[in-house]
Amino acid sequence: MAPKKSIRAHKTLAGWLLIAPAFLCFVIFLLIPAVMAVGMSFTSYNGFTQMRFNGLDNYIRLFQDTYFLQSLGNICLYVVMYVPSVIILSFLLAVLLNQAVPGIRVFRVLFYLPCLTSTVASSMVWKWLMNPQGGLLNNILTALGLPACTWLNDSRTAMMSIVIICVWSTLASNIMIYLSALQNVPPAVYESASMDGASKFRQVWQITLPLVAPTTFFVLTMALIGAFQVFDQIYVLTSGGPAHATTVPMYSIYTNAFNESQLGYACAQAMVLFLMILVVTLVQQHFNKESLL
Amino acid sequence: MNRKPAQRRGTALARARKMAAKAFVFFFLCFFAVIFVLPFYWSFLTSIRPDEEIFSSGLRFWPEHITWEHYAKAFQVIPFVQYSFNTLLITVCIIATNLLFCSMAGYAFAKIPFRGSRIVYRVMLFSVMIPSTVLLIPQFLVLVRFPLVGGNDLFGMGGSGFSGNFLGVVLPTAVSVFNILFMRSFFLSLPNELGEAAYIDGAGEGKVFFRIYLPLAKPALATLSVFCFQAGWNSFLWPNVILRSGDFKVLTQGLASFTVNNSVDYGPLMAATVCATIPVLIVFLFAQKYFIEGIAFSGTKS
Repeated sequence: MAPKKSIRAHKTLAGWLLIAPAFLCFVIFLLIPAVMAVGMSFTSYNGFTQMRFNGLDNYIRLFQDTYFLQSLGNICLYVVMYVPSVIILSFLLAVLLNQAVPGIRVFRVLFYLPCLTSTVASSMVWKWLMNPQGGLLNNILTALGLPACTWLNDSRTAMMSIVIICVWSTLASNIMIYLSALQNVPPAVYESASMDGASKFRQVWQITLPLVAPTTFFVLTMALIGAFQVFDQIYVLTSGGPAHATTVPMYSIYTNAFNESQLGYACAQAMVLFLMILVVTLVQQHFNKESLL
Repeated sequence: MNRKPAQRRGTALARARKMAAKAFVFFFLCFFAVIFVLPFYWSFLTSIRPDEEIFSSGLRFWPEHITWEHYAKAFQVIPFVQYSFNTLLITVCIIATNLLFCSMAGYAFAKIPFRGSRIVYRVMLFSVMIPSTVLLIPQFLVLVRFPLVGGNDLFGMGGSGFSGNFLGVVLPTAVSVFNILFMRSFFLSLPNELGEAAYIDGAGEGKVFFRIYLPLAKPALATLSVFCFQAGWNSFLWPNVILRSGDFKVLTQGLASFTVNNSVDYGPLMAATVCATIPVLIVFLFAQKYFIEGIAFSGTKS
């Protein structure tokens, strides 16, 4: 009995020693900040003076702040355009990349390139491509006989342009996740289907799609959570403009906290964004369970 | 065995249809490959074109004159070498801490049945759901008000803490929960018997981990370092928050400051973009396998 106990105590000590550095970092830089975030949203903290509790003031102010309300609308517009585009395109491109055609390895490498560059660098490139004068995209449109587009410089087209850039730069990682799921589908499944005379399109629609449903669920969840927090492209390309058309909650949080020193108020905005993400994820998980039943 | 002519015609038709389908797939792959690669090529093209050619280039995909002056100018506008060195320093630190600490913790969760392991693991798993948005401001405060650092007293007042310090970028990303989960599932896939023989010979837990299991984890560690490199080299939001004051800046900040100062000077801007992207491309070409494996792995295991 006694030696068994000492072995267990020994294991516990060893276990805690091994997780100690990671656990310490986790507590200081994740757990404590997460608790602080909730507390700070009820204060008027500005980074310099004493933290003062001001109840629900921040939350009341949120719903009178037209720019913040507009940013909530903008992010919904962004999510509605971005998420379906990413899911559909990444699935279709992964199906294409899973076919046995010559040079498929080269294609896989080329498709992965956008994922490698920083969002800042790729945003810079797209800023140039979308430049109204002399930009490549408008040159192509003109060559095709189509009217030039205003892209990022017009409040009506700015959000659409941001969506195009974000889809382009995040597609690759989702394609790779789908691709690995597709490679786990046994080829025998397709063989029996084509013997029964099912066309290639029907095979994709009726066999592949249901088989990779768990992957779709994973990609959808990650895309949703990521989409609600879009920031880099907007900071670099539009600064929330023109006419606040691309002001999103993350940008609003950043400027409120670090340009205007309203840390408490920005925390309250972050909590609202967090709740939005939570509700959407829960709803999505609920529907997923329904469809599985 | 002789086949009937009708049957043979049927297989010929099937083969033709198969070829057509392959040609169709190939065409679409080429189309999308152009969409993915063209922006890179065009930015490189812009960076080597003389100023007067940049705006009048239309759809010419080959430069008439080649100049390297934009690169010289890009290096003047932002201290490129300095920023690259800063970014590299941060990236190397993040890789080192993540490799060591995350594999230690991942191993402990996978192979040592210790008291409290399950609850800590659950809490970490749950924390993955907290979006970085919520943590941004309190993390900033924790670092700025860190006791006894950057002129701060014991209560974190009086100084500037880690703001403007490269450790301010490294510390919050020194350990990632995703990487711990990643290493845990890797160590779970290794057999327990490996360590048991060593225990019988009297080796301690630390020795079993460092001498037996860690060397076997090389492929997972390679994948992890590639991921950390990509994340460290490309990160923008957090460095931009913690390094707002002071002279220590990273490459993405340098790139971002470019637009603010020179809104239409596309030649040097594209030159800077090309220079910032090349290191990642080089790492990618050497470690291609681990990039793809890492994504595939993290996708299916979560």
